[in-house]
Amino acid sequence: MLFSLSLIGYYLSTTTYIIFFVTQKKKIRAAARCLLFGAGVLHTVTILGRYFLAGHTPLTTHHDTVSFFAWSMTWAFLSFRWRYQVKNFGTFVSLVITALMTIAALSSQTIAELPPALQSAWLPVHASIAIIADGFMAMGFCSGLMYLLQERELKKKRFGVFYSRLPSLEALDNLIQHCLTVGFPLLTLGIITGSFWAKQAWGAYWHWDPKETWSLITWLLYAAMLHQRFIAGWRGKRAAILAIIGFMAVLFTLWGVTFLLPGVHSYVR
Amino acid sequence: MSVDSILILGVNHKTAPVEVREQLAFTGDPERPFRKLKEIPGCTEFCFLSTCNRVEVIFTSPHQMETIQSIKKFLFAASNVREKDIDNFIYLHRGADAINHLYRVAASLDSMVVGEPQILGQLKDAYRNSADRECTGVILNRLLHKAFSVAKRIRTETNIGGSAVSISYAAVELAKKIFGHLEGKKVLLVGAGEMAELAAEHLINQGISEVIVANRTLERAVNLAKRFNGKAVGLAELHAQMEFVDIMVSSTGASGLILHQEDVKPIMKQRKNRPLFLIDIAVPRDLDPKLNDLDNVYLYDVDDLSQVVEVNKAEREQEALRAERIVTEETLKFLQWIEDMQLTPTIAALRQKADNIAKAELAKTLAHSNLSAKDIKSIEKMAGAIINKMLHDPILFLKQGHTQDDKRLKLDFTRKIFGLDLESEKEE
Repeated sequence: MLFSLSLIGYYLSTTTYIIFFVTQKKKIRAAARCLLFGAGVLHTVTILGRYFLAGHTPLTTHHDTVSFFAWSMTWAFLSFRWRYQVKNFGTFVSLVITALMTIAALSSQTIAELPPALQSAWLPVHASIAIIADGFMAMGFCSGLMYLLQERELKKKRFGVFYSRLPSLEALDNLIQHCLTVGFPLLTLGIITGSFWAKQAWGAYWHWDPKETWSLITWLLYAAMLHQRFIAGWRGKRAAILAIIGFMAVLFTLWGVTFLLPGVHSYVR
Repeated sequence: MSVDSILILGVNHKTAPVEVREQLAFTGDPERPFRKLKEIPGCTEFCFLSTCNRVEVIFTSPHQMETIQSIKKFLFAASNVREKDIDNFIYLHRGADAINHLYRVAASLDSMVVGEPQILGQLKDAYRNSADRECTGVILNRLLHKAFSVAKRIRTETNIGGSAVSISYAAVELAKKIFGHLEGKKVLLVGAGEMAELAAEHLINQGISEVIVANRTLERAVNLAKRFNGKAVGLAELHAQMEFVDIMVSSTGASGLILHQEDVKPIMKQRKNRPLFLIDIAVPRDLDPKLNDLDNVYLYDVDDLSQVVEVNKAEREQEALRAERIVTEETLKFLQWIEDMQLTPTIAALRQKADNIAKAELAKTLAHSNLSAKDIKSIEKMAGAIINKMLHDPILFLKQGHTQDDKRLKLDFTRKIFGLDLESEKEE
């Protein structure tokens, strides 16, 4: 019930953001932001409700994971928004949030019993850190996409809908970097806490189960990206494309692995 | 003198692409176009205008077909455009259309960037150059002076120049889309021409921190750099400087490309791929069009820049409409003047003026007198006789015209000496 309410909140906010994108009226943007904030608060209450209902951190089903993904993206965006403005970023971010929420709504909301092996203090720490990292990577994806759209119009010299509406290339490039520099340490921390948890639950730090392998691949991708950026100056278009590819790896780790390559992380099925 | 003997022949950014225009650019000997045009038979008066976006000859001619052909040949002499293709690139305006066109050019309505302020100065220079070489006469002197005042009127009565749009303005807009804000950015001016100066001024207003001027002759570079508290370098240092700057404005008079794709590729690596914004305002172009294919390099030439301003064109269209109305109105006034430049209207105007003076003075004098009706009659007669005798010689002088040109000069002179045009202008 609460979940449906926050879902509706997100839909309303996204619609308002799209209207703002078309009309560029500041009042509409303020309304969209309020709606997003409201939806975010509702969503927080929803997750707390699930916590008490399940008796453990609600991050063990597919529904909960994706819902938390959307939640962390919402708050990551709102916290960014509070720090500095990026023109029309909200429209792109809210679209991704709504997509995630729709996927969460479509999957089963039944609460699964948690196997005793997984009942640990590491669960909330590992899962939430990893997913919040994904939230920042998703924002990196949005800014990468915006960069490519703006870059294309500047290169082709055909000025369409995006030229006036998107921020400057430098601002977008900085945004990508901000998202990654926040997201990457979180991702690292997520993997480390995960391996501690694995040690506690299964007796070894690393199992080479598909989810672990793919998180490592994702981590290496982002690490290479940041390394190249600082050492060889991979920025601009290349950084934007890499931010998008990195996010694809994140999504594969989240879904591809779960549905295609079963392993000990198969809780989310 | 018929209106149809006023003609304008030329090419501009609308009729010819930059590849064609750059072949027409008259670089080198500044005397050559005037010498060549003077040699063309039938080209009675002319004014020669050449800017980056247009080359035009404004002229008057009695026997037109041959003159037009010769001027076409003169314009395209240095180009590889085949003779049968020339007509695809030029426009020819005649009579009222020509006057209308000139007014639109002067008022910057025909500019690539509508409302940009440079064109009026360029037209004034063109006129001064032509007038100094005695290429203009009664008709063009009047027409061009009128064009300047029409441009001024449009500037004050409409908001056409309000958004201060110009090529350099467009460049600043783009720079902001690439860099966000321009504080702390460096600009390199290649070539020390007026356009470069203007672009630099706009950029500095936006907070550019450093200006570097590279020029073939170091002396001019030093002079320009001094104005902006910048640094001057020789053209040989171009590649080395490009590693440190963010924006480069190129406006040299070089006849070929000065920077190729292969030159910039290694520079981008040294720059760690920091974006580089290249602005090519030179005609012929300075920068290799293929530079735009490099990642993080954004190359814009004059034609590209115009599209940026296109984006907020709608707002100015309303103002342009008002300006067009002024142009139409002023064109009609000039046509009226041309008509007045005929013999009969001039004589009529002369008589009219004298009659008006006599009538006014008589009324003033007779109002306070107590003369008889008969006396009044003879005084009026006397006044009429004075007018007739007084005007007899000037009218005879006017009628004794020999050549067309002679007649026009005499008419103009008479109209000036008796202030016949002042009158109608005051009524305006």
